[in-house]
Amino acid sequence: MKKCLQRTYMGIIFIFLYAPIITLIVLSFNKSKTRAKWGGFTTKWYIDLFKNRAIMQALYNTLAIALLSAAIATVIGTIACLAMTRMKKRDRAILMGITNIPMLNADIVTGISIMLLFISFGIKFGFGTILIAHITFNIPYVILSVNPRFKQLNHSIYEAAVDLGCTPVQAFFRVVVPDIMPGILSGFFMAFTMSLDDFVITHFTKGPGVDTLSTKIYTEVKKGIKPEMYALSTIIFVSVFIILLAVNLKPEKKEK
Amino acid sequence: MSRKYLAAPYLLWALAFVLIPLGMIVYYGLTDSNGAVTLSNILAISSPEHRKALYLAIGLSLISTVLCLLMGYPLAMILASTGMGKGAFVVLVFILPMWMNFLLRTMAWQTLLEKNGVINNLLGVLGLPPISIINTGGAIILGMIYNFLPFMVLPIHTSLSKIDVNVVNAARDLGANGFQVFFRVILPLSIPGVISGITMVFIPALTTFVISNLLGGSKILLIGNVIEQEFTQTGNWNLGSGLSMVLMIFILVSMITTFITDKEEA
Amino acid sequence: MTKLIDLVNISKSFDDTLVLDDLNLYIRENEFLTLLGPSGCGKTTTLRIIGGFTTPDQGKVIFDGKDITGVAPNKRPLNTVFQKYALFPHMNIEENIAFGLKIKNKPKQYIKDKIQYALKLVNLDGYGKRMPDQLSGGQQQRIAIARAIVNEPKVLLLDEPLGALDLKLRQDMQYELIRLKNELGITFIYVTHDQEEALTMSDTIVVMNQGYIQQIGTPEDIYNEPENAFVADFIGDSNIIPGIMIKDELVEILGHRFACVDTGFGTNKPVDVVIRPEDVELVTPGTGTISGKVSHIIFKGVHYEMEVMAAGFEWLVQSTKMFPVGTEVDIKIDPFNIQIMNKPESEDEEAVKLDE
Repeated sequence: MKKCLQRTYMGIIFIFLYAPIITLIVLSFNKSKTRAKWGGFTTKWYIDLFKNRAIMQALYNTLAIALLSAAIATVIGTIACLAMTRMKKRDRAILMGITNIPMLNADIVTGISIMLLFISFGIKFGFGTILIAHITFNIPYVILSVNPRFKQLNHSIYEAAVDLGCTPVQAFFRVVVPDIMPGILSGFFMAFTMSLDDFVITHFTKGPGVDTLSTKIYTEVKKGIKPEMYALSTIIFVSVFIILLAVNLKPEKKEK
Repeated sequence: MSRKYLAAPYLLWALAFVLIPLGMIVYYGLTDSNGAVTLSNILAISSPEHRKALYLAIGLSLISTVLCLLMGYPLAMILASTGMGKGAFVVLVFILPMWMNFLLRTMAWQTLLEKNGVINNLLGVLGLPPISIINTGGAIILGMIYNFLPFMVLPIHTSLSKIDVNVVNAARDLGANGFQVFFRVILPLSIPGVISGITMVFIPALTTFVISNLLGGSKILLIGNVIEQEFTQTGNWNLGSGLSMVLMIFILVSMITTFITDKEEA
Repeated sequence: MTKLIDLVNISKSFDDTLVLDDLNLYIRENEFLTLLGPSGCGKTTTLRIIGGFTTPDQGKVIFDGKDITGVAPNKRPLNTVFQKYALFPHMNIEENIAFGLKIKNKPKQYIKDKIQYALKLVNLDGYGKRMPDQLSGGQQQRIAIARAIVNEPKVLLLDEPLGALDLKLRQDMQYELIRLKNELGITFIYVTHDQEEALTMSDTIVVMNQGYIQQIGTPEDIYNEPENAFVADFIGDSNIIPGIMIKDELVEILGHRFACVDTGFGTNKPVDVVIRPEDVELVTPGTGTISGKVSHIIFKGVHYEMEVMAAGFEWLVQSTKMFPVGTEVDIKIDPFNIQIMNKPESEDEEAVKLDE
């Protein structure tokens, strides 16, 4: 009885979260150009998509920014976590406080604050400004996922490695890094996802002519979104879904 | 070289792109276009249209936050009690949807909510009266809940799963029934998660301009919309910064609350 | 004394693993009963079934003549002291102790008096306003006991309550628990894997292994007359040696005959013989029954522990006298200290077949 109720509730939440996603997938096969009407099944948009220069450019920008910003944030964040292990409690608290600012701050405030910085220093808006902004909001995600790993890390394993003849640098890469790797990977993954899904901060830090998928969609909202966009989103979503499924099924087998 | 200096790259980055930019907002907010110091940008919040936008934003985000809490708490409890809160399931529920663009996902609700949309057709089949909440505050609330519910569920789930099973057993052992166990033990112990959930939903809801733009039609202006327009259309950065500073008061309060509850937990 | 709790034909399995198999056990009023066994033996499951946190697959729990098998834990007239205490971290000590009484809507003054009484009883007067995490492990342990006993349960269930404490504190708490038990005059059901704890405190010990009860008895019974090799091995150190019961009061071990006091095992019957290490006497060569040589020695504080190779068996010996490695000695055993046990049944049958 209780289980049944729980399942029903979870089912409802699931439908709530996935109804729009299903809608978009259905729309990507819609012959009619307006999303209000079902005009029959077609795969036309999936072909047109690759001929659409503007969308392809936006896709390239989006992926490039997500990849670069996640990678750079992962490096900076992981090094910062390493440094924090040797800090006094108070210094660490200050650093974590700074880390929390972009997390708790409203996107719009983060966006306009960086925008004002670039304006004040006369920096030209474009790909670079978006990248800097994305790195900035990505670092906290890396730190929050790597830091707990460092806290759990048994410090003796580092000392054991040095004792067995490693230099500190060797010890770090051979013993410490493999141990914190899951944290680094999940931090990178979170950062990549956040960058990909961001609109607000990109909106304030992009220059004319440079678009990510988000900003492109936003400009299209008023005139009507091109169905190719639905097709592209469906491709991205389904491929990530399959990757996640594969990744999550694998470790289960191992445990058995 | 001491290991702690490895924090230098991050510190410099945070200084340049987090702290100084926030200083810029304060600088612009406290000056006029000629650079003279003034409070008028902040006091502009009391003009009728700005005040209305702020109150409307506070109202809608409060309602969404409360609804998120009511929906999210049971969900977090189910996740914690069934052990499904670990791994694949959470990813499926909360991370995966993010790979479908946030604007598109929110837009899709238009399709679902429209007069002849999916939901009204379904209601028609069931013999229920149609709903028309598209382009109203109701649609904005729905959009807020849809986008921010995960931020409520995750912290509550974290604090619930930290509760020792035997503490709950001890309460039952001492005579507490289901309700008493919940209200006297589980709920108080999950308060840090609830507070962090509330701030993580309320702040983005309060400051959004996208959701109101996409689901509220052009008629409903929230404080976020006003600020966004000052920056991208009107070009009055000083006024936009001044109004942002008002929002920052709310953010500051939420940061301090989070900081205090974090400290208590540690 | 009357039966207070009666467990009848209890079986329980988790995920196809049978944890308790048709267990029958009764607990008398005012008894200090200990469930003793290695981890996974089913002792904690038994306790949780009595407490109501686990429902048995089969069987009944009878309390004071009433079937309480399906009664929720909050409606049972017994309280539990949990492993690692399970104090409510968001309440101070007073609130923790008052919890059960508040639930039962007791008057304020009554609750106040009870808190005072309980804090005094566990020697923590004046700690009422502190938070649990400000107390040491031993103090938290006492509060967990105080929190349970203010509800005046007929039975107190204790699940390895001393497991997280260090040795010295554990010994102090053992005396404390015995004192509490005598002052309160209620039934204690105690779960532990520590045989010393069980021997020190209990009126009755129930030795369990793999879901079965191995032996029920007083500490003296269990220690001096283990019924099978498992009990003998689990309780203290022992020399367990295969032997043959020649006739009543005479047993052959390793080719040598010893006088003993056991009767009724039949004649020429294979048996297991248990001899506690402190009961093995080392004497000068020629004056004992078996001769051998000391092969190892360790100083243990109270006594020396030695290994003596004699008649092809390595004897564990504890003695206050020291015999250096290499010393030739004879082994002598008092007839009273030889404990004869039946071989486990399946092996017994095999042995019979071999004899034929």
